[in-house]
Amino acid sequence: MFSFVARRLAVAVPTLLILVIISFILMYAAPGGPFNSERPLPPEVLANIEAKYGLDQPFWKRIVDYIWGVVAHFDFGPSFKFKDRSVNDIIAQGFPVTLTYGAISFLVAIVVGISLGTAAAIRQNTWLDYLAVGISIGAQVLPNFVMAPILLLTFTLWLGWLPGGGWNGGEWPYLVMPVIALSTSYMASIARITRSSMLEVLNINFIRTAKAKGLPMRRVIWKHAMKPAMLPVLSYLGPAFVGMITGSVVIDSFFSTGGIGTFFVNSAFTRDYSVMMGITILVGALTIIFNLLVDVLYAWIDPKIRY
Amino acid sequence: MLPNPAKLEGVIDAMAVAEVKGRSLWADARTRFMRNKAAVVSLVLLALVAAFALFGGFFAAWERDFVDFSLTGRNAHMGVPSIETGHFFGTDNNGRDLYARVVQGTGISLMVGIVGALVAVVVGTLYGATAGYFGGRLDGVMMRVVDVLMSIPFMFVLILMLVIFGRSILMLFLGIGLISWLDMARIARGQTLSIKNKEFVEVAVATGVHPIKIILRHIVPNLLGIVIVYATLLVPNMIIFESFISFLGLGVQEPNTSLGALINEGAGTMQYGTLWQIAFPLFFFVVTIFAFFFVGDGLRDALDPKDR
Amino acid sequence: MSLLEIKDLKVTFKTGDGDVHAVNGLSLEIDAGQTIAIVGESGSGKSQTAFAAMGLLARNGAATGSVKFNGKELISLTASELNRVRSQEIGMIFQDPMTSLNPYMRISDQMAEVLTLHKGMSKKQAIAESVRMLDAVRIPDAANRIRSFPHEFSGGMRQRIMIAMSLLCRPKLLIADEPTTALDVTVQAQIMQLLGDIRTEFGTAVILITHDLGVVAGFCDRTLVMYGGQIMEEGTTEDVFETPSHP
Repeated sequence: MFSFVARRLAVAVPTLLILVIISFILMYAAPGGPFNSERPLPPEVLANIEAKYGLDQPFWKRIVDYIWGVVAHFDFGPSFKFKDRSVNDIIAQGFPVTLTYGAISFLVAIVVGISLGTAAAIRQNTWLDYLAVGISIGAQVLPNFVMAPILLLTFTLWLGWLPGGGWNGGEWPYLVMPVIALSTSYMASIARITRSSMLEVLNINFIRTAKAKGLPMRRVIWKHAMKPAMLPVLSYLGPAFVGMITGSVVIDSFFSTGGIGTFFVNSAFTRDYSVMMGITILVGALTIIFNLLVDVLYAWIDPKIRY
Repeated sequence: MLPNPAKLEGVIDAMAVAEVKGRSLWADARTRFMRNKAAVVSLVLLALVAAFALFGGFFAAWERDFVDFSLTGRNAHMGVPSIETGHFFGTDNNGRDLYARVVQGTGISLMVGIVGALVAVVVGTLYGATAGYFGGRLDGVMMRVVDVLMSIPFMFVLILMLVIFGRSILMLFLGIGLISWLDMARIARGQTLSIKNKEFVEVAVATGVHPIKIILRHIVPNLLGIVIVYATLLVPNMIIFESFISFLGLGVQEPNTSLGALINEGAGTMQYGTLWQIAFPLFFFVVTIFAFFFVGDGLRDALDPKDR
Repeated sequence: MSLLEIKDLKVTFKTGDGDVHAVNGLSLEIDAGQTIAIVGESGSGKSQTAFAAMGLLARNGAATGSVKFNGKELISLTASELNRVRSQEIGMIFQDPMTSLNPYMRISDQMAEVLTLHKGMSKKQAIAESVRMLDAVRIPDAANRIRSFPHEFSGGMRQRIMIAMSLLCRPKLLIADEPTTALDVTVQAQIMQLLGDIRTEFGTAVILITHDLGVVAGFCDRTLVMYGGQIMEEGTTEDVFETPSHP
């Protein structure tokens, strides 16, 4: 188990480095970026950047310094646009918001999705099954940027039940729509995957053995079928995580929740490369760590992988 | 030793049978597809949507970039969809004809979807087939690269690229296609592994055919079924991708538009009561996505009956 | 009164192409401590007979007729009543030991749960009892190996584990559904010998389902030959061997 984790780490670290290097090269190559002086920058900003990047240094020295700053001090450098704020300040402001509604959405998607999928599999070809299948097909074509306006229209403009946006410290009325908009399509996918893998597992011989042992159905499902049925779901969680992080950009710009997505889009419009880079690297690191966790979970469930 | 004529005849017969079988495989698939009502209906819908995108422009009463200044600011009651004014879908905020814009948006979204899927499928298939065919260490390295790339949130990198290199449709095509070839590469590799031990490949290897030729002539054609299915399922995802980026205002640029950009615009103005602005693009978006998914599902069931 | 009495059992599967009758009016009896064999080619309904008796038919299958165990009708039992019969009264082992054990659970957990559930034992007692049973089926070093996962055992060992697991509650009847089919010939012989020993040691009645007459020889009191969902011949094993009237 230990060597398994070590091996995975050996892949994760270079992945992250590649991501950092790609984004650094992109920024370096950017026309109108800080490293060529076509566009005049405010003098204070320029001073910040020069101090940080050492513009007279050769390319490799800069990239090593940047990576060292990120790795050793979690320091993403100064912003290109704001003279008094660093990328770290901006992330510190937006990330807690994203993390809050992101984590809630993720949990909702997993819990509701798995319950719905399992229930549908056990009651195959009943109304519950059809309902679950119907929901998951419907939600597949309603990505978050379609869900969001529909929700806003229904709950804010017509019913007037929920505020149309804002964060307000994360009070629940401000959370409802972001969470629904972000989680629905993943919830539906998880439900669909759970249903089909559960149906498959329930047909494997060891389930018959478990029944022949006189175990109640509930125990057969939970103790014997759940673990193997979760394996496909688990491999979907990585892509779902990436999808949700990406979706948070839509949520932020639609509901004005003020997460990192807001800053990402804003800096995309103002060409604030260092903020974009910082957020990209942060998101990449999160994804890589998450995938590592998924791999470990996978190995924990399936004893045959623990080589 | 002379070949025994009777035996030879038998071989030719067997080959003929094999050919009939090969043909009936596709015929079988068509029958199975035709029996799937949802898929057939979706196919018809797709044809209608495509026709709308291609020929809808001829019926537009207004140019798509004509701004009717008399409507500006009075959109909510003057820009209502109506046959009389020629604005079948109403007008947008700037007084432009929404019908003409939805025609254009649908066209661009379809194009991005199809071209993006093509890029992904071509790159992915060749990459996966190469890795699977050569196997061994090369395969290991190539698939590791895919694993590594898969755990990078590419949407962010793509947006970074769009910002840095300027926003153009070409950039979108490339970026979206390059994000999505990874899955295709994995699928193609898996299939190649099972194909490469078949007799016809072994014969080709034994007779000294060049590996590149073997991959292109013998392996890729046999991946066709799964490639078609995957491409069909990929198109709606590409459309969603593109819409996502356009929704953020980072994709297709004015005066061009796509369904995502139109939905974004409509969502921004819906509190003024101009619901048609979001309803029409949303309708075409949902119908297109739905139809592609059902056609893809139908194709999968038709071409691979055991996977059910 | 006989231990198990099946009368006019019919098993029907609803499929897309209409109903399929897997078992067609089958009747048989077995007394306590007896061993009978049900022989027949594949598809003749042997296994479905056993599944029907245990209530293990696939979702689209239905059984009619009567299956009485110790005078108790099994076919009409509710799920929870049936669960008390399974394993406690009738144990069952299956054809393919490779897939019949749960690959995601330790052997200890899979065995102990039977005892904690049916006998109300503590986990510790249950594992101790399971080790004793593994010793009885001659698993070497059972006390240590019980913590292993199924994939760490060979096919023959897994089938021994299956037998041990089915005997944990000392059932009066053991149904063995093609217990040796998936195994090597030498291992087959060992498993059959084990089943013979178990029978005498625990006094369990055994229904042996197989398509291999060679396995049956010298092992069973009576042999029933099934064909097309019905019993075609019945008699002492020697009779069936000497005067075969069916393929």
